[in-house]
Amino acid sequence: MESHAHPNRLGIRGWVGGGRWGFERYLYTLHRITGLGLLTYFLLHIFVTSARVFGPASWERAMDSVSGPVFKAGEYLVFAAFAFHAVNGIRLGLIELGFAVGRPIEPIYPYATSVGRQRPLALAVMLIAGVLAVWGGYNFFFLD
Amino acid sequence: MAGTSLKQVTFHLRHYEPGKDREPHWEQYQIDASPGMTVLDGLWKVKELFAPTLAWRSSCRMGICGSCGMLINGRPRLACNTQITELQSDVVAVGPLPNFGIIKDLVPDLHPMFEAHRELKPYLIREDIQEQENPTGEYWQTPHELERYLQFSYCIKCGCCMAACPTVATDPEYSGPMPLGQAHRYNNDTRDGGFAKRREALSGGRGPWRCHFAGECSQVCPKGVDPAKAIQLMKQDLVFDLLTLRRRRPAARLVDKPCGKKREDIPAAPPRTITKA
Amino acid sequence: MRDRTLWTWHIFAGVVILVFLGLHMTIMHLNGTFPTFNNPFGGEAESWRNVTARARSLFFTVTYVVMLGAALYHGLFGLRGILLELNPGAGLRKGINVGLSMIGLALFAFGAWVAVTAPGVMSRVGG
Repeated sequence: MESHAHPNRLGIRGWVGGGRWGFERYLYTLHRITGLGLLTYFLLHIFVTSARVFGPASWERAMDSVSGPVFKAGEYLVFAAFAFHAVNGIRLGLIELGFAVGRPIEPIYPYATSVGRQRPLALAVMLIAGVLAVWGGYNFFFLD
Repeated sequence: MAGTSLKQVTFHLRHYEPGKDREPHWEQYQIDASPGMTVLDGLWKVKELFAPTLAWRSSCRMGICGSCGMLINGRPRLACNTQITELQSDVVAVGPLPNFGIIKDLVPDLHPMFEAHRELKPYLIREDIQEQENPTGEYWQTPHELERYLQFSYCIKCGCCMAACPTVATDPEYSGPMPLGQAHRYNNDTRDGGFAKRREALSGGRGPWRCHFAGECSQVCPKGVDPAKAIQLMKQDLVFDLLTLRRRRPAARLVDKPCGKKREDIPAAPPRTITKA
Repeated sequence: MRDRTLWTWHIFAGVVILVFLGLHMTIMHLNGTFPTFNNPFGGEAESWRNVTARARSLFFTVTYVVMLGAALYHGLFGLRGILLELNPGAGLRKGINVGLSMIGLALFAFGAWVAVTAPGVMSRVGG
């Protein structure tokens, strides 16, 4: 479908541009980044926890290998990423199944687009994810 | 043009001459801008005074034809609809719409968008083809049914939404907000019976499945069409159709012709008040 | 309309993960402030005693397998979406589809075996 004209697609730059146009674009980018991070952790997690079948010594060795401070911090990031990805995922599930975008309207100024209609939901997402991240952080670094 | 107070405004314009330039490049021009001048007025001034070969598309200069979509200070807008004072800057940077090829200067190649639009069958599809070719009457549609697609029918095909979409930025297979929004406009039109045909055209990368609601298309649309809403509603339609929850209605019927019977309860007309000369 | 079906499963898998991974995260990381029923022996959730206790529970075994399948599907389908949006050629596209499916199935088979096998069974063989 490409033409003979000089190419001018934004490429991956087009995934991160935004901010001036509405923070939902940042939520989209963050959802992708947290998704990739969670997937990477999960694939490694399957192998680490498979030490279970080899008995308690193997299990303890596996747990020791992931107990250093870098790993602890990484695990907390995974928890925070999950908190954001899950709560934003609920928001996206509602929106992409057409439930939180509003009905077709007559666009007479000042009208609210679907982005405006779901804005309270997006703010609630950030708040809930923030609360979960702080709660998890308290648990991770002060209680465990 | 309203007002007489002038201020110096610098226009940064993206130039590209096919066959001569290898890459597009920026040029600067200083003009006097008065309140009420649009970016399009500024372009005409630059062309008149400094750059006679500058090329762009424009026509109606009132925000209805959709020709003058451009990237103005980092955001896709209509040049005729954008006041220079609205930008709140002494620098106006104008480039061609991104995510389309550049034909020359500020002229984007919109063919891919129109190809995708055509493939999604943006017209009424009905079984009574004879009636479509040789119409004998109107189709029934209530104001409530009209409201379900009217917003999406305001699209002027300017391409601003395509320029703002992050998926269109990397993926040429994805149809884009305009074609998908228009496909939904017809799916939601009660006069249309073409949902099954369009459903086939909407499969794979061409469909709405690569939309992740960044919402940029609706943010930049100059006519309030809200293509993001149309795409999410279309996903709902398609998923409900998969789960056999979608309400199937026959396409709107023809309005009955007047039957010729005189109604007895209509009061007689009052006497004429204006006599013929 | 295969994409439509795959996408609907992606959303459904997301809901499944929300419930089960939410429970998993609560058990593993919010246990200090929100004690749950996972730790019959108290102490750390990942201690060997608690691991074996969960392994003996049918609820945990079944939910681990369900969570594994849902998370592998959801994650790899998401990765597939990101990769396909980068406009690969036809051959690479097929490779991505087949490759991710194979990885998903292989990891599911391995992970399900780990979840179903009693802990320590392989300690005589290896470890």
